[in-house]
Amino acid sequence: MTTIINVPHSLEDKSFEQVLDQVAPLPLDEKIIVDTRHARWASPYGLTALLALAQSRAERPILYVPEAENVSTYWSRMDFFKHAAELYELQGRVKSTKAAETSVLLEVTSISKSDDVHSVVDKIQQRAQDALVKNLNLDAKITMRFTMALSEVCQNIVEHAGRGGWVAVQTYTWRVRLGGRKVVVIAVADPGIGFRQSLESAPGFQRKDRWDDGQALEETVMRGASRFRDPGRGQGLAGVRRFVGNWDGKLSIRSGTARIAVLPKGDWDEDEPLVEDLSYFPGAQVQITIPERVA
Amino acid sequence: MINHIDVSSMLRKSVCELYSNLVTRPTGAAVRCEIEQELDRIGDRALTIIDFSHVGLLDFSCADEIVAKLLLQYVSIDAPRREVYFVFRGISESHMEAIEAVLERHKLALVTQHADGESRLIGIVGLEERRAWEIISQLGTGVSADVADAIGLSSADAERMLDTLWRRRLLIRYDNAYVAVGSATIPSQATRLDA
Repeated sequence: MTTIINVPHSLEDKSFEQVLDQVAPLPLDEKIIVDTRHARWASPYGLTALLALAQSRAERPILYVPEAENVSTYWSRMDFFKHAAELYELQGRVKSTKAAETSVLLEVTSISKSDDVHSVVDKIQQRAQDALVKNLNLDAKITMRFTMALSEVCQNIVEHAGRGGWVAVQTYTWRVRLGGRKVVVIAVADPGIGFRQSLESAPGFQRKDRWDDGQALEETVMRGASRFRDPGRGQGLAGVRRFVGNWDGKLSIRSGTARIAVLPKGDWDEDEPLVEDLSYFPGAQVQITIPERVA
Repeated sequence: MINHIDVSSMLRKSVCELYSNLVTRPTGAAVRCEIEQELDRIGDRALTIIDFSHVGLLDFSCADEIVAKLLLQYVSIDAPRREVYFVFRGISESHMEAIEAVLERHKLALVTQHADGESRLIGIVGLEERRAWEIISQLGTGVSADVADAIGLSSADAERMLDTLWRRRLLIRYDNAYVAVGSATIPSQATRLDA
Protein backbone atom coordinates (compact mmCIF):
# COMPACT_ATOMS: atom_id res chain seq x y z
CA MET A 1 0.00 0.00 0.00
CA THR A 2 1.18 3.53 -0.78
CA THR A 3 -0.03 6.63 1.05
CA ILE A 4 0.10 10.14 -0.34
CA ILE A 5 1.27 12.78 2.12
CA ASN A 6 0.03 16.23 1.22
CA VAL A 7 2.49 19.00 1.91
CA PRO A 8 0.93 22.40 2.71
CA HIS A 9 1.51 25.39 0.41
CA SER A 10 3.67 27.08 2.98
CA LEU A 11 6.02 24.67 4.65
CA GLU A 12 7.57 25.82 7.93
CA ASP A 13 7.85 24.53 11.48
CA LYS A 14 4.17 24.83 12.38
CA SER A 15 2.72 23.61 9.11
CA PHE A 16 5.15 20.69 9.02
CA GLU A 17 3.03 19.25 11.83
CA GLN A 18 0.34 18.60 9.19
CA VAL A 19 2.85 16.40 7.36
CA LEU A 20 3.72 14.54 10.54
CA ASP A 21 0.06 14.04 11.44
CA GLN A 22 -0.28 12.11 8.18
CA VAL A 23 2.99 10.16 8.46
CA ALA A 24 3.11 9.23 12.15
CA PRO A 25 0.31 6.62 12.11
CA LEU A 26 1.87 4.73 9.18
CA PRO A 27 4.15 1.71 9.58
CA LEU A 28 7.79 2.59 8.86
CA ASP A 29 7.98 0.24 5.93
CA GLU A 30 4.90 1.59 4.22
CA LYS A 31 5.62 3.37 0.97
CA ILE A 32 4.76 7.06 1.04
CA ILE A 33 4.54 9.72 -1.63
CA VAL A 34 5.40 13.17 -0.33
CA ASP A 35 3.46 15.51 -2.54
CA THR A 36 5.02 18.98 -2.68
CA ARG A 37 3.55 19.85 -6.09
CA HIS A 38 1.47 22.67 -4.68
CA ALA A 39 4.12 24.05 -2.36
CA ARG A 40 4.67 27.79 -2.77
CA TRP A 41 7.26 28.37 -0.10
CA ALA A 42 9.43 26.43 2.34
CA SER A 43 11.50 27.68 5.24
CA PRO A 44 14.91 26.14 6.04
CA TYR A 45 13.07 24.14 8.71
CA GLY A 46 10.66 22.77 6.11
CA LEU A 47 13.43 21.68 3.75
CA THR A 48 15.67 20.10 6.36
CA ALA A 49 12.69 18.35 7.97
CA LEU A 50 11.63 16.89 4.60
CA LEU A 51 15.08 15.30 4.30
CA ALA A 52 14.94 13.97 7.87
CA LEU A 53 11.50 12.56 7.11
CA ALA A 54 12.89 10.52 4.21
CA GLN A 55 15.75 9.29 6.40
CA SER A 56 13.26 8.11 9.00
CA ARG A 57 11.44 5.79 6.60
CA ALA A 58 12.41 2.17 6.04
CA GLU A 59 11.06 2.26 2.49
CA ARG A 60 12.50 4.89 0.14
CA PRO A 61 9.71 7.45 -0.35
CA ILE A 62 8.68 9.20 -3.55
CA LEU A 63 8.76 13.00 -3.74
CA TYR A 64 6.55 14.84 -6.19
CA VAL A 65 8.53 18.03 -6.78
CA PRO A 66 6.92 21.51 -6.73
CA GLU A 67 5.20 22.48 -9.96
CA ALA A 68 5.85 26.20 -9.67
CA GLU A 69 9.10 26.96 -11.45
CA ASN A 70 10.22 29.64 -9.04
CA VAL A 71 9.72 27.23 -6.11
CA SER A 72 11.60 24.42 -7.83
CA THR A 73 14.39 26.84 -8.76
CA TYR A 74 14.62 28.12 -5.22
CA TRP A 75 14.76 24.61 -3.73
CA SER A 76 17.53 23.83 -6.23
CA ARG A 77 19.45 26.90 -5.13
CA MET A 78 19.11 25.69 -1.56
CA ASP A 79 20.73 22.39 -2.68
CA PHE A 80 17.62 20.59 -1.50
CA PHE A 81 17.25 18.39 -4.56
CA LYS A 82 20.94 17.47 -4.50
CA HIS A 83 20.37 15.70 -1.17
CA ALA A 84 16.76 14.70 -1.79
CA ALA A 85 17.84 12.70 -4.85
CA GLU A 86 19.75 10.36 -2.53
CA LEU A 87 16.84 9.86 -0.15
CA TYR A 88 13.72 10.14 -2.31
CA GLU A 89 12.68 8.86 -5.67
CA LEU A 90 12.10 12.25 -7.30
CA GLN A 91 9.20 12.59 -9.69
CA GLY A 92 8.59 15.73 -11.72
CA ARG A 93 10.81 18.29 -13.38
CA VAL A 94 13.58 19.67 -11.22
CA LYS A 95 14.71 23.07 -12.37
CA SER A 96 18.44 23.23 -11.85
CA THR A 97 20.30 26.49 -11.54
CA LYS A 98 23.77 27.69 -10.77
CA ALA A 99 22.68 31.18 -9.76
CA ALA A 100 23.37 32.09 -6.16
CA GLU A 101 20.47 32.91 -3.87
CA THR A 102 21.32 36.06 -1.97
CA SER A 103 19.03 35.32 0.96
CA VAL A 104 20.72 31.98 1.58
CA LEU A 105 23.49 32.07 4.12
CA LEU A 106 23.97 28.33 4.09
CA GLU A 107 22.42 25.91 1.65
CA VAL A 108 21.00 22.66 2.99
CA THR A 109 24.14 20.89 4.22
CA SER A 110 24.73 17.41 5.54
CA ILE A 111 26.11 17.09 9.08
CA SER A 112 27.42 13.76 10.26
CA LYS A 113 30.92 14.36 11.61
CA SER A 114 33.04 16.97 13.33
CA ASP A 115 34.67 18.10 10.06
CA ASP A 116 31.23 19.02 8.69
CA VAL A 117 30.80 21.49 11.56
CA HIS A 118 34.16 23.09 10.70
CA SER A 119 33.12 23.43 7.06
CA VAL A 120 29.78 25.02 8.00
CA VAL A 121 31.45 27.49 10.36
CA ASP A 122 34.07 28.48 7.77
CA LYS A 123 31.43 28.93 5.12
CA ILE A 124 28.94 30.94 7.15
CA GLN A 125 31.49 33.39 8.51
CA GLN A 126 32.16 34.68 5.02
CA ARG A 127 28.48 35.42 4.42
CA ALA A 128 27.03 36.22 7.81
CA GLN A 129 28.56 39.63 8.39
CA ASP A 130 26.79 41.30 5.47
CA ALA A 131 23.48 39.58 6.05
CA LEU A 132 23.30 40.24 9.77
CA VAL A 133 24.80 43.68 10.00
CA LYS A 134 23.72 45.34 6.75
CA ASN A 135 20.41 43.61 6.07
CA LEU A 136 19.14 43.07 9.59
CA ASN A 137 20.72 46.16 11.20
CA LEU A 138 22.24 44.05 13.93
CA ASP A 139 25.36 44.98 15.86
CA ALA A 140 28.61 43.62 14.39
CA LYS A 141 29.13 41.64 17.60
CA ILE A 142 26.43 39.22 16.55
CA THR A 143 28.41 37.53 13.78
CA MET A 144 30.67 35.48 16.06
CA ARG A 145 27.83 34.69 18.48
CA PHE A 146 25.61 33.62 15.64
CA THR A 147 28.31 31.32 14.31
CA MET A 148 28.88 29.91 17.80
CA ALA A 149 25.19 29.10 18.11
CA LEU A 150 25.23 27.45 14.69
CA SER A 151 28.26 25.39 15.65
CA GLU A 152 26.63 24.21 18.88
CA VAL A 153 23.35 23.11 17.32
CA CYS A 154 25.20 21.28 14.54
CA GLN A 155 27.35 19.51 17.12
CA ASN A 156 24.23 18.17 18.78
CA ILE A 157 23.77 15.99 15.71
CA VAL A 158 27.34 14.71 15.77
CA GLU A 159 27.36 14.07 19.51
CA HIS A 160 23.86 12.87 20.25
CA ALA A 161 21.76 11.95 17.23
CA GLY A 162 23.47 8.69 16.36
CA ARG A 163 23.04 9.42 12.65
CA GLY A 164 23.50 12.28 10.21
CA GLY A 165 21.24 15.30 9.85
CA TRP A 166 20.88 18.61 8.07
CA VAL A 167 21.39 22.33 8.55
CA ALA A 168 20.33 25.37 6.52
CA VAL A 169 20.44 29.12 7.19
CA GLN A 170 18.47 31.81 5.44
CA THR A 171 17.16 35.34 5.84
CA TYR A 172 13.57 36.11 4.91
CA THR A 173 10.60 38.23 5.90
CA TRP A 174 8.62 36.94 8.84
CA ARG A 175 4.94 37.56 8.30
CA VAL A 176 3.46 36.04 11.42
CA ARG A 177 3.00 39.39 13.16
CA LEU A 178 3.57 43.11 12.75
CA GLY A 179 3.11 42.94 9.02
CA GLY A 180 6.52 41.52 8.25
CA ARG A 181 9.98 41.84 9.67
CA LYS A 182 13.22 40.41 8.36
CA VAL A 183 14.66 37.48 10.25
CA VAL A 184 17.59 35.13 9.97
CA VAL A 185 16.78 31.50 10.63
CA ILE A 186 18.98 28.52 11.44
CA ALA A 187 17.26 25.16 11.00
CA VAL A 188 18.80 21.86 12.04
CA ALA A 189 17.03 18.51 11.69
CA ASP A 190 18.00 14.92 12.32
CA PRO A 191 16.03 11.68 12.55
CA GLY A 192 18.25 10.26 15.31
CA ILE A 193 17.54 9.07 18.83
CA GLY A 194 16.11 12.34 20.12
CA PHE A 195 16.50 14.08 23.49
CA ARG A 196 14.60 11.58 25.61
CA GLN A 197 16.48 8.51 24.46
CA SER A 198 19.77 10.40 24.67
CA LEU A 199 19.17 11.23 28.36
CA GLU A 200 17.97 7.70 29.04
CA SER A 201 21.34 6.38 27.88
CA ALA A 202 23.12 8.28 30.69
CA PRO A 203 24.90 6.01 33.20
CA GLY A 204 22.65 5.51 36.22
CA PHE A 205 19.66 7.17 34.58
CA GLN A 206 16.53 6.85 36.70
CA ARG A 207 13.12 7.43 35.22
CA LYS A 208 11.06 10.03 37.08
CA ASP A 209 7.36 9.73 37.84
CA ARG A 210 6.60 11.94 34.89
CA TRP A 211 9.03 11.19 32.11
CA ASP A 212 8.30 11.96 28.50
CA ASP A 213 9.66 13.95 25.56
CA GLY A 214 8.51 17.26 27.08
CA GLN A 215 10.29 16.52 30.34
CA ALA A 216 13.45 15.49 28.48
CA LEU A 217 13.40 18.76 26.53
CA GLU A 218 12.92 20.79 29.72
CA GLU A 219 15.78 18.96 31.45
CA THR A 220 18.13 19.50 28.54
CA VAL A 221 17.22 22.96 27.30
CA MET A 222 16.27 24.68 30.55
CA ARG A 223 18.47 22.84 33.05
CA GLY A 224 21.50 21.83 30.96
CA ALA A 225 21.14 18.07 31.53
CA SER A 226 23.28 15.78 29.39
CA ARG A 227 23.76 12.05 28.99
CA PHE A 228 27.45 12.53 29.88
CA ARG A 229 28.66 12.63 33.49
CA ASP A 230 31.27 15.23 32.56
CA PRO A 231 30.10 18.47 34.23
CA GLY A 232 31.42 20.42 31.25
CA ARG A 233 28.70 18.97 29.05
CA GLY A 234 25.39 20.63 28.39
CA GLN A 235 26.82 24.12 27.98
CA GLY A 236 26.17 24.36 24.25
CA LEU A 237 22.41 24.73 24.40
CA ALA A 238 22.69 26.97 27.46
CA GLY A 239 24.90 29.22 25.34
CA VAL A 240 22.40 29.15 22.49
CA ARG A 241 19.63 30.09 24.93
CA ARG A 242 21.65 33.07 26.15
CA PHE A 243 22.38 34.07 22.57
CA VAL A 244 18.72 34.15 21.51
CA GLY A 245 17.82 35.98 24.72
CA ASN A 246 20.42 38.67 24.07
CA TRP A 247 19.18 39.30 20.53
CA ASP A 248 15.41 39.08 21.20
CA GLY A 249 15.38 35.83 19.26
CA LYS A 250 13.48 32.59 19.53
CA LEU A 251 14.75 29.04 20.00
CA SER A 252 12.44 26.12 19.43
CA ILE A 253 13.31 22.45 19.64
CA ARG A 254 11.05 19.60 18.69
CA SER A 255 11.86 16.06 19.69
CA GLY A 256 9.63 13.02 19.72
CA THR A 257 6.15 14.26 20.60
CA ALA A 258 6.99 17.63 22.16
CA ARG A 259 8.30 21.05 21.26
CA ILE A 260 9.89 23.52 23.65
CA ALA A 261 10.41 27.18 22.87
CA VAL A 262 12.51 29.92 24.42
CA LEU A 263 10.40 32.90 23.45
CA PRO A 264 11.42 36.43 22.52
CA LYS A 265 10.83 39.30 24.93
CA GLY A 266 9.43 41.35 22.07
CA ASP A 267 6.01 40.77 20.53
CA TRP A 268 7.09 39.63 17.06
CA ASP A 269 6.13 36.02 17.72
CA GLU A 270 3.63 34.22 19.85
CA ASP A 271 4.08 30.58 20.68
CA GLU A 272 3.62 28.24 23.60
CA PRO A 273 6.69 27.55 25.77
CA LEU A 274 5.93 23.82 25.67
CA VAL A 275 3.65 21.91 23.32
CA GLU A 276 3.10 18.21 23.98
CA ASP A 277 1.19 15.31 22.43
CA LEU A 278 2.33 16.15 18.93
CA SER A 279 2.59 13.43 16.31
CA TYR A 280 5.74 11.40 16.84
CA PHE A 281 8.79 12.25 14.76
CA PRO A 282 12.21 10.80 15.62
CA GLY A 283 15.32 12.82 16.36
CA ALA A 284 15.43 16.55 16.96
CA GLN A 285 14.49 19.57 14.91
CA VAL A 286 15.91 22.89 16.04
CA GLN A 287 15.06 26.37 14.84
CA ILE A 288 16.76 29.60 15.87
CA THR A 289 15.15 32.83 14.70
CA ILE A 290 16.77 36.24 15.13
CA PRO A 291 14.75 39.29 14.04
CA GLU A 292 16.10 42.46 12.46
CA ARG A 293 16.65 45.37 14.78
CA VAL A 294 14.02 48.05 14.40
CA ALA A 295 14.35 51.59 15.68
CA MET B 1 61.81 31.81 30.88
CA ILE B 2 58.27 32.56 29.71
CA ASN B 3 56.87 29.97 27.35
CA HIS B 4 54.54 30.94 24.57
CA ILE B 5 51.95 28.61 23.07
CA ASP B 6 50.08 29.83 20.01
CA VAL B 7 46.75 28.00 20.16
CA SER B 8 46.12 28.54 16.45
CA SER B 9 49.39 26.74 15.62
CA MET B 10 48.37 23.88 17.90
CA LEU B 11 45.08 23.65 16.02
CA ARG B 12 46.78 23.47 12.63
CA LYS B 13 49.35 21.00 13.91
CA SER B 14 46.94 18.67 15.64
CA VAL B 15 43.76 18.81 13.55
CA CYS B 16 43.94 20.48 10.17
CA GLU B 17 46.25 22.94 8.44
CA LEU B 18 43.26 24.84 7.07
CA TYR B 19 41.24 25.40 10.24
CA SER B 20 41.29 28.68 12.12
CA ASN B 21 38.21 28.18 14.28
CA LEU B 22 38.12 26.25 17.50
CA VAL B 23 34.84 24.41 17.21
CA THR B 24 33.70 20.92 18.23
CA ARG B 25 34.74 18.87 21.22
CA PRO B 26 37.07 16.47 19.34
CA THR B 27 38.97 19.48 17.98
CA GLY B 28 39.26 20.97 21.46
CA ALA B 29 40.49 17.67 22.90
CA ALA B 30 43.11 17.32 20.14
CA VAL B 31 44.38 20.87 20.69
CA ARG B 32 44.55 20.36 24.47
CA CYS B 33 46.58 17.15 23.98
CA GLU B 34 49.01 19.09 21.80
CA ILE B 35 49.31 21.81 24.44
CA GLU B 36 49.91 19.20 27.14
CA GLN B 37 52.71 17.64 25.10
CA GLU B 38 54.24 21.06 24.76
CA LEU B 39 53.96 21.57 28.53
CA ASP B 40 55.60 18.20 29.15
CA ARG B 41 58.66 19.46 27.29
CA ILE B 42 58.80 22.65 29.32
CA GLY B 43 59.53 21.21 32.75
CA ASP B 44 57.96 20.95 36.15
CA ARG B 45 57.80 24.65 36.97
CA ALA B 46 56.83 27.09 34.27
CA LEU B 47 54.91 30.19 33.29
CA THR B 48 53.12 29.73 29.99
CA ILE B 49 51.29 32.20 27.81
CA ILE B 50 48.36 30.62 26.03
CA ASP B 51 47.81 32.86 23.04
CA PHE B 52 44.41 32.99 21.29
CA SER B 53 45.31 35.97 19.07
CA HIS B 54 45.00 34.05 15.82
CA VAL B 55 41.95 32.02 16.76
CA GLY B 56 38.74 33.03 14.97
CA LEU B 57 35.84 31.42 16.74
CA LEU B 58 35.92 29.60 20.07
CA ASP B 59 32.74 27.71 20.89
CA PHE B 60 31.61 26.41 24.28
CA SER B 61 32.68 22.82 23.63
CA CYS B 62 36.19 23.86 22.65
CA ALA B 63 36.46 26.32 25.53
CA ASP B 64 35.52 23.48 27.87
CA GLU B 65 38.07 21.11 26.37
CA ILE B 66 40.95 23.55 25.99
CA VAL B 67 40.59 26.04 28.81
CA ALA B 68 38.61 24.28 31.55
CA LYS B 69 40.14 20.82 31.21
CA LEU B 70 43.64 22.24 30.92
CA LEU B 71 43.17 24.26 34.10
CA LEU B 72 41.56 21.35 35.92
CA GLN B 73 44.72 19.31 35.41
CA TYR B 74 47.19 21.96 36.44
CA VAL B 75 45.18 24.02 38.89
CA SER B 76 43.96 21.97 41.76
CA ILE B 77 43.84 22.93 45.38
CA ASP B 78 44.66 19.36 46.43
CA ALA B 79 47.10 17.89 43.94
CA PRO B 80 48.07 20.01 40.96
CA ARG B 81 49.82 18.08 38.21
CA ARG B 82 52.83 20.41 38.17
CA GLU B 83 53.67 23.96 39.07
CA VAL B 84 52.52 25.52 35.82
CA TYR B 85 51.10 29.03 35.67
CA PHE B 86 49.02 30.25 32.75
CA VAL B 87 48.41 33.70 31.31
CA PHE B 88 45.77 33.83 28.57
CA ARG B 89 46.44 36.39 25.86
CA GLY B 90 44.61 37.52 22.70
CA ILE B 91 41.17 36.81 24.13
CA SER B 92 38.48 38.56 22.10
CA GLU B 93 35.06 39.54 23.37
CA SER B 94 33.45 36.51 21.76
CA HIS B 95 36.13 34.15 23.13
CA MET B 96 35.47 35.66 26.53
CA GLU B 97 31.81 34.65 26.47
CA ALA B 98 32.67 30.98 25.99
CA ILE B 99 35.57 31.06 28.45
CA GLU B 100 33.59 32.78 31.21
CA ALA B 101 30.80 30.23 30.80
CA VAL B 102 33.12 27.25 31.27
CA LEU B 103 34.99 28.88 34.16
CA GLU B 104 31.67 29.42 35.91
CA ARG B 105 30.60 25.85 35.24
CA HIS B 106 33.79 24.42 36.78
CA LYS B 107 34.32 27.18 39.38
CA LEU B 108 37.69 28.05 37.91
CA ALA B 109 39.57 31.32 37.44
CA LEU B 110 42.40 32.49 35.22
CA VAL B 111 44.43 35.54 34.36
CA THR B 112 44.07 37.30 31.01
CA GLN B 113 46.54 39.81 29.65
CA HIS B 114 45.40 42.53 27.29
CA ALA B 115 47.05 44.55 24.55
CA ASP B 116 47.65 47.44 26.97
CA GLY B 117 49.60 45.08 29.22
CA GLU B 118 46.92 45.09 31.89
CA SER B 119 46.13 41.77 33.53
CA ARG B 120 42.69 40.78 34.73
CA LEU B 121 41.41 38.00 36.87
CA ILE B 122 38.31 36.34 35.41
CA GLY B 123 36.14 33.46 36.55
CA ILE B 124 35.02 32.37 39.97
CA VAL B 125 36.98 34.08 42.74
CA GLY B 126 35.68 35.34 46.09
CA LEU B 127 35.57 39.09 46.65
CA GLU B 128 38.32 39.08 49.27
CA GLU B 129 40.49 36.73 47.20
CA ARG B 130 40.09 39.03 44.21
CA ARG B 131 41.02 42.00 46.37
CA ALA B 132 44.09 40.12 47.64
CA TRP B 133 45.16 39.28 44.09
CA GLU B 134 44.78 42.93 43.06
CA ILE B 135 46.83 44.11 46.02
CA ILE B 136 49.68 41.74 45.16
CA SER B 137 49.35 42.69 41.51
CA GLN B 138 49.64 46.41 42.32
CA LEU B 139 52.56 45.89 44.67
CA GLY B 140 54.49 43.72 42.22
CA THR B 141 55.63 41.49 45.05
CA GLY B 142 53.77 41.14 48.31
CA VAL B 143 53.50 39.17 51.52
CA SER B 144 50.59 38.17 53.71
CA ALA B 145 51.05 41.23 55.95
CA ASP B 146 50.37 43.52 52.96
CA VAL B 147 47.06 41.80 52.33
CA ALA B 148 46.16 41.55 56.01
CA ASP B 149 46.63 45.29 56.46
CA ALA B 150 44.73 46.26 53.32
CA ILE B 151 41.72 43.99 53.79
CA GLY B 152 41.64 43.88 57.56
CA LEU B 153 42.30 40.18 57.96
CA SER B 154 44.34 38.35 60.53
CA SER B 155 47.81 37.42 59.36
CA ALA B 156 46.89 33.73 59.43
CA ASP B 157 43.75 34.29 57.33
CA ALA B 158 45.69 36.40 54.82
CA GLU B 159 48.34 33.70 54.54
CA ARG B 160 45.67 31.04 53.99
CA MET B 161 44.07 33.17 51.29
CA LEU B 162 47.36 33.70 49.46
CA ASP B 163 48.14 30.01 49.74
CA THR B 164 44.79 29.21 48.12
CA LEU B 165 45.47 31.69 45.31
CA TRP B 166 48.89 30.08 44.81
CA ARG B 167 47.34 26.61 44.65
CA ARG B 168 44.91 27.93 42.08
CA ARG B 169 48.00 29.16 40.20
CA LEU B 170 46.81 32.75 40.25
CA LEU B 171 49.81 33.82 42.33
CA ILE B 172 53.42 32.67 42.04
CA ARG B 173 55.17 31.97 45.34
CA TYR B 174 58.84 32.76 45.92
CA ASP B 175 59.98 31.81 49.39
CA ASN B 176 57.49 33.73 51.55
CA ALA B 177 56.51 36.37 48.97
CA TYR B 178 53.98 36.30 46.15
CA VAL B 179 53.78 37.72 42.62
CA ALA B 180 50.50 37.94 40.70
CA VAL B 181 50.44 35.84 37.56
CA GLY B 182 50.36 38.26 34.66
CA SER B 183 51.70 41.21 36.61
CA ALA B 184 54.32 43.47 35.09
CA THR B 185 57.06 41.96 37.23
CA ILE B 186 56.67 38.51 35.74
CA PRO B 187 59.10 38.76 32.82
CA SER B 188 62.07 39.48 35.09
CA GLN B 189 60.94 37.23 37.91
CA ALA B 190 59.86 34.36 35.77
CA THR B 191 63.39 33.44 34.78
CA ARG B 192 63.76 32.22 38.35
CA LEU B 193 61.12 29.58 37.77
CA ASP B 194 63.57 27.33 35.99
CA ALA B 195 66.48 28.21 38.21
